[in-house]
Amino acid sequence: MADDILFQCLLRLGDDSLVLGQRLSELCGHAPALEVDLALANLALDLIGQATLWLELAGEVEGAGRDADALAFRRDPAAFRNCLLVEQPNGDFARTMVRQLLFSTWQQLAYEQLERSSNPRIAEIAAKALLEVRYHAQLAADWVIRLGDGTGESRGRMTAALAWHARFIDELFEVDDVSSATAVAGVAPEPASLRPAFDAAIAAVLANATLAFPTLPRASTGGRRGRHSEHLVPMLAEMQFLQRTYPGAKW
Amino acid sequence: MADTGPTDWPLWEVFVRSKGGLAHRHVGSVHAPDAEMAMRHARDVYTRRMEGVSLWLARSADILASDPDQAGPLFAPAETKIYRHPTFYTVPDGMKNI
Repeated sequence: MADDILFQCLLRLGDDSLVLGQRLSELCGHAPALEVDLALANLALDLIGQATLWLELAGEVEGAGRDADALAFRRDPAAFRNCLLVEQPNGDFARTMVRQLLFSTWQQLAYEQLERSSNPRIAEIAAKALLEVRYHAQLAADWVIRLGDGTGESRGRMTAALAWHARFIDELFEVDDVSSATAVAGVAPEPASLRPAFDAAIAAVLANATLAFPTLPRASTGGRRGRHSEHLVPMLAEMQFLQRTYPGAKW
Repeated sequence: MADTGPTDWPLWEVFVRSKGGLAHRHVGSVHAPDAEMAMRHARDVYTRRMEGVSLWLARSADILASDPDQAGPLFAPAETKIYRHPTFYTVPDGMKNI
């Protein structure tokens, strides 16, 4: 398989984890309780650790001398290949947890296939991350169930959060040249093949939470091609400013 | 942290077994709405640096504690009974692991 296709595939995996990790980091010190604060910080660190592995490999494949830091901190927003879901603002706790449930559930299914990738480096990273990802999906499901089946207010917020994020679900299963090439080569799963298991897993959690599966509005897509929502640029500006202002700074 | 805080969440005492064969040791407490979340919180707060292989949790309200005011009658009498320590035996040469 062409290196540029593999590079794109790795950027998608790395950027998903990096952007969500950065988003969750914003909550550090602001979560509703000390225990939740630590849980979310752990989760953010897991994701940034995954991003480091994916982007390090991406840099090697690209062969242009860029390492994980260069790809994370000195790349323009339009070159980011994360899905739109992960760049959405944290909103209230309900929105944070619905985003986590949708992403971690998808990520778990995707990594379970990546663990069997024909590319041994990819299989290795996926296997290591999978232990973390399973925990993330469980934690998010636990909160969604408690808030959905909780008070009138928590239920209302969960319903609103589901409605907000529903438009970003389809993008996770989008098929394009990159996904087709990597699927044919056995490097990554065919995105659409993950959909039935995803729908079933989310439906099970929502049934437990006594929430209805949201009707899917017209899908918002484009992240995989670098067309992002207005939320990514300010987030990256904050994340990248130090390395942009003082390139190569170390501490 | 929000000022309101989860004041209605009960407190749970956390015990960690650092490795197989050792006893669970009390390490602290967490707030959580129910048992399942308490276990998750305990995992996230107390075992994030590989501190343990097993967790025990108990509702703090279920722990029976001795009354500090009764410490004298409860514990002081033992002070003068050093013969309760098995330190008066002569140990044969060559005995290990005793």
